[in-house]
Amino acid sequence: MNRLVCSVCCGAACMLLLAGCSGWQSALDPKGPAAGELAWLIWFFTALCTVVWLLVMAVLILPLARRPAPVGDPLVLDAAAERGKMRIVVAALAATALILVGLTLLSYFANRTLAAIGSDAALTIRVTGHQWWWEVRYENDQPNRILTTANEIHIPAGEPVRLVVTSTDVIHSFWVPNLSGKLDLIPGHENVLDLKADKPGVYRGQCAEFCGAQHANMSTFIIAEPRPVFDAWLKDQLRPAAAPVSTEAQTGHDLFLKRPCVMCHKIGGTIAGGTVAPDLTHIASRRTLAAGTLAMSRGNLAAWIADPQGIKPGAHMPVVGLNGDELNAIVAYLEGLK
Amino acid sequence: MNRGLPCVLSAMLVLAACQREERDTRPQSALGSGDQPAAVTALEPGGQRPASSNNKAGVFEANAFHLSEGKRLFNWFNCSGCHANGGGGMGPALMDQKWLYGSSIESIHATIRDGRPNGMPSFRDKIPDDQIWELAAFVRALSGNAPKSAAPSRDDDMMPHPSENRLPDAATLGKSP
Amino acid sequence: MSSADLAHGRDLAPQRAAAQKGDLAPERDGPRDTGLDDASLERWLARTWQTVPGIIGALSSVDHKIVARRYLITAFVFLCLGGLSAVAMRIQLSGPERGLIGPDRYNQLFTMHGVTMMFLFAVPIVQATGIYLVPLMVGTRNIAFPRLNAFSFWIYLSGGLFAWVSFALDMAPDVGWFSYVPLSGPEFGPGKRSDVWAQMITYTEVSSLAVAVATIVTVLKQRAPGMSLDKIPLYVWAMLVTSFVIVFAMPAVMITSTFLILDRLVGTHIFNPAEGGDVLLFQHLFWFFGHPEVYIIFLPATGMVSSIIAAFARRPVFGYLGMVLSLISVGFLSFGLWVHHMFATGLPKLGASFFTASSMLIAIPNGLQIFCWLATLWDGRPIIRTPLLFVFGFFFTFVAGGLTGVMLASVPLDLQVHDTYFVTAHFHYVLIGGSVFPLLGATYFWFPKITGRMMSERLGRWHFWLAFIGFNAAFFPMHIVGLWGMPRRVYTYPVELGWGNINLFITAGAVVLFLSFVLFTINLVYSASRGAPAGDNPWNAGTLEWATSSPPPSYNFARIPVVTHSEPLWAERDTLPVATGLRVDVRELVISTVAEAYPDVREKSATPSIWPLFAALAVGATFLYSIFSPWAVVWGAGPIAITLIGWFWPKGDPEDEE
Repeated sequence: MNRLVCSVCCGAACMLLLAGCSGWQSALDPKGPAAGELAWLIWFFTALCTVVWLLVMAVLILPLARRPAPVGDPLVLDAAAERGKMRIVVAALAATALILVGLTLLSYFANRTLAAIGSDAALTIRVTGHQWWWEVRYENDQPNRILTTANEIHIPAGEPVRLVVTSTDVIHSFWVPNLSGKLDLIPGHENVLDLKADKPGVYRGQCAEFCGAQHANMSTFIIAEPRPVFDAWLKDQLRPAAAPVSTEAQTGHDLFLKRPCVMCHKIGGTIAGGTVAPDLTHIASRRTLAAGTLAMSRGNLAAWIADPQGIKPGAHMPVVGLNGDELNAIVAYLEGLK
Repeated sequence: MNRGLPCVLSAMLVLAACQREERDTRPQSALGSGDQPAAVTALEPGGQRPASSNNKAGVFEANAFHLSEGKRLFNWFNCSGCHANGGGGMGPALMDQKWLYGSSIESIHATIRDGRPNGMPSFRDKIPDDQIWELAAFVRALSGNAPKSAAPSRDDDMMPHPSENRLPDAATLGKSP
Repeated sequence: MSSADLAHGRDLAPQRAAAQKGDLAPERDGPRDTGLDDASLERWLARTWQTVPGIIGALSSVDHKIVARRYLITAFVFLCLGGLSAVAMRIQLSGPERGLIGPDRYNQLFTMHGVTMMFLFAVPIVQATGIYLVPLMVGTRNIAFPRLNAFSFWIYLSGGLFAWVSFALDMAPDVGWFSYVPLSGPEFGPGKRSDVWAQMITYTEVSSLAVAVATIVTVLKQRAPGMSLDKIPLYVWAMLVTSFVIVFAMPAVMITSTFLILDRLVGTHIFNPAEGGDVLLFQHLFWFFGHPEVYIIFLPATGMVSSIIAAFARRPVFGYLGMVLSLISVGFLSFGLWVHHMFATGLPKLGASFFTASSMLIAIPNGLQIFCWLATLWDGRPIIRTPLLFVFGFFFTFVAGGLTGVMLASVPLDLQVHDTYFVTAHFHYVLIGGSVFPLLGATYFWFPKITGRMMSERLGRWHFWLAFIGFNAAFFPMHIVGLWGMPRRVYTYPVELGWGNINLFITAGAVVLFLSFVLFTINLVYSASRGAPAGDNPWNAGTLEWATSSPPPSYNFARIPVVTHSEPLWAERDTLPVATGLRVDVRELVISTVAEAYPDVREKSATPSIWPLFAALAVGATFLYSIFSPWAVVWGAGPIAITLIGWFWPKGDPEDEE
């Protein structure tokens, strides 16, 4: 039984050791008030549960250390001892009930705290899930100020933001653990998620409801920036796409409009107006490609266009069949779309 | 015979299932027609039929994944703009057994790829070749020409007509003249 | 039964005392066991209750022990398949961006893993254990409705084959064991993959409903004389509650899968939001079954734990009444907390908090069971053998899993960990810790009863420590990686998130766990042929199944025992009192009253028949065809009707003629 005690201690030690780690997609490294509240809740529950678990294990293991009593008639029981045990069991049961009531109240009030976060949100962003990318639309009363982009959500740091989430195909779930808990994107339903980032930074999120072949490669980024930077970004994004600057890029521009790209994608300021795939108007200003699958670079862009089905099998981006020159030209054009 | 029958049956089941359930997301290599000839055709009503391909095109029709992809693309590429969910509008209906330019999958593929007189535009270069095959297979499914076990079911959308796997058989729709 | 006997049984009240001592009814219509000596009685019974040799005889068998053995072996094969798919997944996940298995195959693998473990392993194996043990524990000769019981096995077998053959054909379901619409629906699930899921559910649910009904009737009406409700072994109570939960939970999932197949095949719009349907309806229906499902798997395991603890602690389990009440209340409460699987769907906040409270509530009866077991073990005289080791493993892991369950019950906390590896860790702690460890303990415990031979203690201890260490190494780190943000059901993950090392460690743990099962298999095979002979009661336990020989004869008990205590073998040290008066030339059982178990009437038990197999074939073929066409229901009705007519064809018994 010593080994049992050993593994208990080792387990506890491991847990403490590992839990110290942090990450850019971790519930234990909160960067916003909602995640902070939740991280506190997680630690509190964990601590309490660990104590309860240790107590139960102690009661299980301690009798083993005692000298075994002689084997007697199994039906002859000491009535007084049984009564004593009954009292202890009832007390333990009462303690359990008390703890559970406490935890229920705690989570009820935590839930209320979370609900209060976005009550004065000035910015509403509509996030629509698609297989396997995120459409992001910044709502505005003026139609010419509505911005549509994909996969990356810029928000002003320190301000609450309201996300209205839904889906047009299957159920997805929006989850950026450093900032907030998750919320499902359900076709036919609209859900509201309020979140706030305390400090500027990049927070990774990922689809958390199984949504088909490429569920694993459906990431998003929340980029929190100081208000002036955010405003500048928004203004920049609202402009139509940059005109091609080199001959190669011009060739790429022409090819983009002649080839299958134009059937699905939109580039503001050109005739490309597809809405079933991510908006590419400012694709080069984004950090990643294909919903966080690849980092944005010329090489990755070329690789993605040349063989999307090798990189993200099952994704809706088809193999287009371009020759080397055409591929280079299109990449050169897209690279200029800052 | 006693043992042969189950063997044959299970072999058939195996083959049918493989063909129906496979999800090949890069079928071009299978068809060997990734490169397309020059964009000049001599299309005319009642003209020559395209040579039937090496029969791999038929794979698209029997494959549930390709048919469903075809259905998705039919909506994405707004084919309904003219063909109105297959019922016909500005363009001809696709749910009947009338085929102006031939009912084989190769003919439909050629129609989409090269266009036809009186309105059907050419999608050569605009749609990758394998997706044209998927669309052609789905168009045939619209008139009950795909196996029922592979044909798409309804969409999560308003319902303009019974889903393809519930359509009457091609035979009962009436023959083309 | 003849009406004379019935009348006799009804106005027996003043004679009941006499009946418990001996004769049930005077000899009238055939040879009775009353006057027979032991040797000729056993000859008579063996001839009456035997399974006819030969292939037809084997296929016709309705002996609960034979059916249960088939169930156990089949479920074990499915466990191996499910385990192999888990190992394949773990190898794919052992490092970031591995290319061993593509997303299409991976999604089929994790779906088959879940479906197999839930529907083809866990539920059938706990029911199979019940089929074997319940009739023995209540002291009867066969399970109620033995032909229905045989039928259920054939249906289960065809459902399992159906699922795994479709996996071999690349048409296995790939949308998770929960198969949410719209992903599994008509638009996003091309082909027959989701239909396979839906009909596989129907097969397995039909079979488990059949077993549940048989178990309920066995427990309520076939108990040995004197085994009143307060003397039923806790394991039998657990099986009774489980069977009721099955009867109320399974129809919900059959409706779900039928709705799904209607949407896909007939084009109904039950789950189509554009035409007034709702996708969340699916989740409500599914989890209304899905949560009780967990308790369907867990409650029988608590019964096993109670049996093992009582035997090794050398005393009855502390707080019998509390244990029974907590079993029943868990059964009830399990229907009231399905919504905690749906906290992330954006429910009204107050409603969600209500389900937090109800989910927390179920921890109270479960806690009571734990406390009672601890109180039982507190006397400090347990004999530590492999079965008890597994019970200790059960405590260690199940309590941890239960506590993480309390964490998941909290709405806000659940929003961070829902659908992450934290949840994967939680339910493996609950299901492996809470159910598989007791099942393994139960295997070591009852193996001598089933085969007549002991399992190797030495291999058993190795098995336990490998399984225990492998399990915790594989699943404990999943809590952490879940909190680090790793979602479930991903076939790969990027390098830069830093989950690589911990996942490699998890895979190593999974391999150790897998190896422990290899060792277990070796132990099973070796001990079945070479183990030390066990004797009737190797553990010196107190319940009725140890009163008969190991393995039990086809008729279970030569004379039906009369029960005077909840641990009859401890109360009656020398010989059990027996009831006599049953006919020996036909299959006769004692039917007793529900509460007090007074012997009420004599009833004939069904004889072997090939028709259950034919009926199962007809039903199975109908289900198979129905994934292709709704007309299957029409065309299948004919053959099913024919087989049922064959099944219930009158035998010319006096009873049938009345």
